Amino acid sequence: MSAVLEIRDVQVRFGAVTALAAMTLTVQPGEVVGLLGHNGAGKTTTMKLALGLLRPQAGTVRLFGTDPAGRAGRVARRQVGFLPENVSFYDSLTGREVLRYLARLKGRAPREADALLERVGLAAAADRRVRGYSKGMRQRLGLAQALLGHPGLLLLDEPTVGLDPMATAEFYATVARLRAAGTAVVLSSHVLAGIERHIDRCVIVGRGHVLAAGTLEELRAEAGLPVAIRARGRWPDAPPVADDPAAGVWVRRLNGHQVEIRTTPARKLAVLRALAAAPGIEDIEVQPPGLEALYAHFDARLHGGGGKESRGA
Amino acid sequence: MMRQMLAIAAKELRDGVRNRWALAIAGVLAVLALAIAWFGPAASGRVGFASLGATVASLASLAVFLVPLVALLLGHESVVGEAERGTLLLLLAYPLGRRTLLAGKFLGHAALLAAATALGLGGAAAVLAAAGAAGEGLWPAFTRLILSTALLGWVFLALAYAISAGAREKGRALAGALAAWFAFVLVYDLVLLGTLVAAGGRLPPALFGALLVANPADAFRILNLTGLEAAEALGGLGAVARGPLVSAPVLAGVLAAWLAGLLGVAFHRFARREV
Ligand SMILES: Nc1ncnc2c1ncn2[C@@H]1O[C@H](COP(=O)(O)OP(=O)(O)O)[C@@H](O)[C@H]1O
Ligand SMILES: [Mg+2]
Repeated sequence: MSAVLEIRDVQVRFGAVTALAAMTLTVQPGEVVGLLGHNGAGKTTTMKLALGLLRPQAGTVRLFGTDPAGRAGRVARRQVGFLPENVSFYDSLTGREVLRYLARLKGRAPREADALLERVGLAAAADRRVRGYSKGMRQRLGLAQALLGHPGLLLLDEPTVGLDPMATAEFYATVARLRAAGTAVVLSSHVLAGIERHIDRCVIVGRGHVLAAGTLEELRAEAGLPVAIRARGRWPDAPPVADDPAAGVWVRRLNGHQVEIRTTPARKLAVLRALAAAPGIEDIEVQPPGLEALYAHFDARLHGGGGKESRGA
Repeated sequence: MMRQMLAIAAKELRDGVRNRWALAIAGVLAVLALAIAWFGPAASGRVGFASLGATVASLASLAVFLVPLVALLLGHESVVGEAERGTLLLLLAYPLGRRTLLAGKFLGHAALLAAATALGLGGAAAVLAAAGAAGEGLWPAFTRLILSTALLGWVFLALAYAISAGAREKGRALAGALAAWFAFVLVYDLVLLGTLVAAGGRLPPALFGALLVANPADAFRILNLTGLEAAEALGGLGAVARGPLVSAPVLAGVLAAWLAGLLGVAFHRFARREV
């Protein structure tokens, strides 16, 4: 199958600011791609490119095989759903009115809006003004409008910022259903926690460059960053695993009954086995390196050590 | 495209009705019209209704302050308001052209202004007719007043759109709109009169007339000076009002030209706007 979205070697400048220096992103039908990077990395700019709202100074952008900023762009955009990062819908309208209005603009029947309200769990609140909606409800309304017209590609820009964990989980549950239905999704985030389980593949962007791309497991293996393990238990004397920097095991006591152990991916299982077998152990928690650590690693690699050096999450 | 444009216009219209813009505009115009008709003559010591010509002229000279302000306030958020809310980015990501979006919004606001004007002034005319106040010529005079007031409103609505399409923030758009109101409605006439005085009669009357009529607010005012009585009420302007420069079609043409020009600026700025 041909790619839904293809951005190749794209450069975008705003005057003296280079927002994207060399951006490449390909999205195949039905895959969920995480676009990860700090604020100002170029995530939103990438989405605007995909939508044809910006023209690149160099490189090519293809949305469903056509140039989204060109004449046929409008047709291609019919098959795209977009949830911008900071959108506040028309407060004085009800959720249903907002969605019906947007349905008309997308050339869809208002009926479709009603069905979508049901689907994102807003049916009960549909006839209340958006003014009174919680952040989570607003985001669900945003998702509903992105789903108008059964898009083949969804662009979700920082969709879970400001959502509580419950609302975040609900949001991703909906995304998971979409993925099962074959919709390609690009979702951007500046945190890894929470989205890891929901993406097939990720692209880490920084300073307008692609720092790394692949599955999170691949990237973690490639980076070889230490894993943090927290263990809680009752051990009157020494912790169950000894500090051994030479073998790649660093142990730090957090308090009387908690330790944090950092170890290389290669030693991880051995450490876990030792912990599990230790008398008095009560709990073990594994924290793989977060976005911060991966970002620092790949940024340092691309920019010759200029990036922040930090280990662990 | 047409359907999208109408959907946008319908939403703007509904917004305007729901947040009581329409009601406020219609109400203020109706109250003004009736107050002038009833109390106007009291000032000159007479009892009863003012003559139709005087009523319409007084009404026009109040509307010339009020209507541009209302139109500027109504329209100044049109583009920048959607931009700040984030809905501009959203709408432009839809299969929707920029021109369709702006045209739809303008159509909705323009319909709102026209409907509120017709309702307010038409309602007042109906009350006057029912009271047997004005006799003949009431409806033709009020029809002309309503049409020209709507046209005046549209000119300043287009100005508000041009300001909004180029503004980065709502606050700046508001400041620009108020400055425009001062310039067109207050400052222009003062500067023109000052020039006239300073020139000490050496300013050719034709040039003065042309400069006066070039301002949409003045074009509107003169358009509604019907009858000698009203012309005299305006003193020196009366001479200009009788000149060939200022036949009703020319004055309406001036307003239409401003409308087209300002809309052109608004569309041009919106087409180039970054999102
Ligand atoms: N319209 C603009 N004018 C000037 N600079 C911009 C504009 N849009 C984005 N930028 C700059 O481009 C870079 C990338 O921005 P953006 O794509 O919004 O980042 P992200 O969404 O990853 O936080 C930033 O340095 C930002 O300041
Ligand atoms: Mg962003």
